[in-house]
Amino acid sequence: MNIAVIKYNAGNIHSVRLALQRLGIDPLVTDDLQEIRSADKVIFPGVGEASSAMENIRRSGIADLIPLLTQPVLGICLGLQLLCRNSEENSSKCLGIFNTDVRRFPPDDKVPHMGWNQIRDLKGDLFRKVDPDAYVYFVHSYYAELDTFTIATTDYILPFSAAMQQDNFYAVQFHPEKSGTVGEQILRNFLAL
Amino acid sequence: MLAKRIIPCLDIRDGQTVKGVNFINIRHAGDPVELGAAYAEQGADELVYLDITASVEKRRTFAGLVEKVARTLTIPFTVGGGIRNEDDVARLLDAGADKISINTAAVNNPDLVEILARRFGSQCIVVAIDTKHTETGDIVYIHGGRTPTERITRDWAMEIVDRGAGEILLTSMDHDGTKNGFALKIIRELAENLPIPVIASGGAGTRNHFLDVFNEGKADAALAASVFHFGEIPIPDLKRYLRENKIEVRL
Repeated sequence: MNIAVIKYNAGNIHSVRLALQRLGIDPLVTDDLQEIRSADKVIFPGVGEASSAMENIRRSGIADLIPLLTQPVLGICLGLQLLCRNSEENSSKCLGIFNTDVRRFPPDDKVPHMGWNQIRDLKGDLFRKVDPDAYVYFVHSYYAELDTFTIATTDYILPFSAAMQQDNFYAVQFHPEKSGTVGEQILRNFLAL
Repeated sequence: MLAKRIIPCLDIRDGQTVKGVNFINIRHAGDPVELGAAYAEQGADELVYLDITASVEKRRTFAGLVEKVARTLTIPFTVGGGIRNEDDVARLLDAGADKISINTAAVNNPDLVEILARRFGSQCIVVAIDTKHTETGDIVYIHGGRTPTERITRDWAMEIVDRGAGEILLTSMDHDGTKNGFALKIIRELAENLPIPVIASGGAGTRNHFLDVFNEGKADAALAASVFHFGEIPIPDLKRYLRENKIEVRL
């Protein structure tokens, strides 16, 4: 299986690659548009700041390519946020795959939301064999609101989208690559789509 | 709900774990990679690898070790010890560490916290504070707890939050190694008032001490070394105990 991990100025690309290698997959970490287009599956990782990430993928042409992809795509963390319409983080216009906006958590508790939290109301094949209320690892200060395409919900300060799906686009706010056996199962499920 | 985190700390010298380990039947207890994986298997939420290697040259061994840990471990890990500048941090993050922890370097050069947070993101910058209770209040110590500074622990903690630290690892010098419980007062003072997570360290001896540090200390996470290494408190037992006592933990 030919898996492309999109390379741009984001922080967790290395750990996503290592997690896939633990599952026996050696992904292509690439910013080459043709390689991304022809991959069986595409992972769009990300740790960092939204506006500089958007600027980076606009310059490389990846921003224009992503909406055209027809194979399964998995956005992780900032990857999820960049797949939304707009982000409050430095007022960034994002890719608009998911018709929702990304907001900063209100300061009613510690921000970033950091650590292990539960995912509930799990829907679809991405969560096959994952227990309801399983714990996964989060690190983020911005969130996507609940919407019709929400396929997992987490509660921190308020309920938000821990995962979303629209057609071939999947996205998770948590880090499956750092979420122990639960995270491995979710990655395996994505690879099996 | 967001779970309280249990974090074993592994001291590393010349690429090997320092403290004796007999809690689990693994072939090379001194091997930090195997030990880390065993802790993850047992339910540790994160790990901290602390490099206590004396010489600068041998620190390269540590970066190599971080790479191996990153390949194996499926949970987040922080690395610290002897980090002095941006290049050190870049090297360790490139090697696959999720977070880095700085202590003396931050006190000597507080601008470093800002520089690191801006370049790498606050989420991966942990500032470790060694604190000691004195007649004049709670004071920050550096150089592995050997050298007192003029800084008041509470003020220093607030300063590094402003400068962009993502988490604080607070070790009480008075409690560290005593197994008489965590320094609940200062932990609570920081954990309740700071807008970022506080990891409490120093003094863990019983399961009840962990319960106290979460209930009374309001800590977001608790770190310990010897009670885990020597098998005095198996992590699964600890977590079950905490859950029975209404603390949210990942089981």
